[in-house]
Amino acid sequence: MILLGHYNYLIVVFLMMAGFYTVISRGNLVKKIIGLNIFQTSVFILYISLGNIKGGAAPIIAEGVKVYSNPLPSVLILTAIVVGVATTALALALVVRIREAYGTVEEDEIHRQDEDF
Amino acid sequence: MVEQGGRVIEAVVDIVILSFLVIVAVAVIRLKDLFGVVMLSGIYSLLSAALFVELDAVDVAFTEAAVGAGIATVLMLATLALTERHEKKPAHRPWLPLIVVAITGGFLIYGTIDLPPFGAADNPIHQHVAPTYLADSVPKTGVPNVVTSVLASYRGYDTLGETTVIFTAGMGVLTLLGAARVLRRRRREDD
Amino acid sequence: MQHHLILRVLAKFIIPFIVLYALYVQFHGDFGPGGGFQAGVIVGAGMILYTLIFGLENAARIAPPGFLRVMAAIGILIYAGTGLAALLLGGNYLDYNQFNPHHPAHGQELGIFLVELGVGVGVSATMTLIFFAFSGRGREEHKR
Repeated sequence: MILLGHYNYLIVVFLMMAGFYTVISRGNLVKKIIGLNIFQTSVFILYISLGNIKGGAAPIIAEGVKVYSNPLPSVLILTAIVVGVATTALALALVVRIREAYGTVEEDEIHRQDEDF
Repeated sequence: MVEQGGRVIEAVVDIVILSFLVIVAVAVIRLKDLFGVVMLSGIYSLLSAALFVELDAVDVAFTEAAVGAGIATVLMLATLALTERHEKKPAHRPWLPLIVVAITGGFLIYGTIDLPPFGAADNPIHQHVAPTYLADSVPKTGVPNVVTSVLASYRGYDTLGETTVIFTAGMGVLTLLGAARVLRRRRREDD
Repeated sequence: MQHHLILRVLAKFIIPFIVLYALYVQFHGDFGPGGGFQAGVIVGAGMILYTLIFGLENAARIAPPGFLRVMAAIGILIYAGTGLAALLLGGNYLDYNQFNPHHPAHGQELGIFLVELGVGVGVSATMTLIFFAFSGRGREEHKR
């Protein structure tokens, strides 16, 4: 019974680890950024599923609804999503400049060029 | 009886969307064509937006769909147009990253064992401030959408910081890439 | 762009509805899902669609980057200014009750409206600016 209730959390941990693996094992900078995005989104899923109440409604006050889901994780994650896209945009701008400076976006080639220099 | 049927369907939708998310995440790791990877990340954002709707967080679903599947995908495609489309084969064997990821995943799962059951109404997270906000939102602020009233009024200071972060990121991108140069150069050529 | 005729016609038809929907989301954020961020991002998406179909020069003519920079800054200034106004009226920073001391709920509604307006303006200008920066960069490379 514990497994059924915690299925959400197990899958979220797997998604987090998938994003983390993409960041640390692939050399292409754009793919690292996409892996970071996947990591962020799975953390959001974890928070929102913590705030959910079975049989509840969305936290918009309406007639005849007795149980509302928790609004606080929604507020936190709203801020986090927007900050996430801000950092992604900045990271992608950095990748464009790196490409112009080094001619490549593969991490090991960039390290090699730095060492040669 | 109808309520039980509704709960079963919710659980089924939950499990199906989570399985699709797992498939998309594994495909993102394996694909070498970055265009496909960017499209898959857009699909990932859209699926998680659907999951958020199912988990009763409609504002978050709205923002995730617009921002994740819209803006982030477009910016990544613009970056791909300015850099390469294909990923090189990784030079190192993946054993060390796999071990690190497995150990971290193991610790995280060990941490989630202590979490209270999913969806119960008497979890500690629902006991302290949340009932106050839900009860006071309409009398004190006159706004039925509790998420908006908490975001703009009860926690308004955090939202000020968030807006500043977006502004700073925009200025940072302008500093790195520069927006007005196209027009200035064209005007100089016309003269 | 003659072979993109269908796209041009459809874009001219649909972009006003996109902007209208963004305004709806902005002002009905109190009663349903929505608010400043979502509206700003939707306007940004509309501008991105326009830029993709009609080109960067036309898009920069209807939304000059200098104007967008000013708008992005004004968005934050509206937000911070609302807090400052509450401070000057005698309360704490961002204490909307001061806008209408007899009916605090109305003061809160006014404060939330102004704050979301600031957020919407700032986010839409910033998203459009970021996209202009990315697509303008490619042009420069080709010119060089």
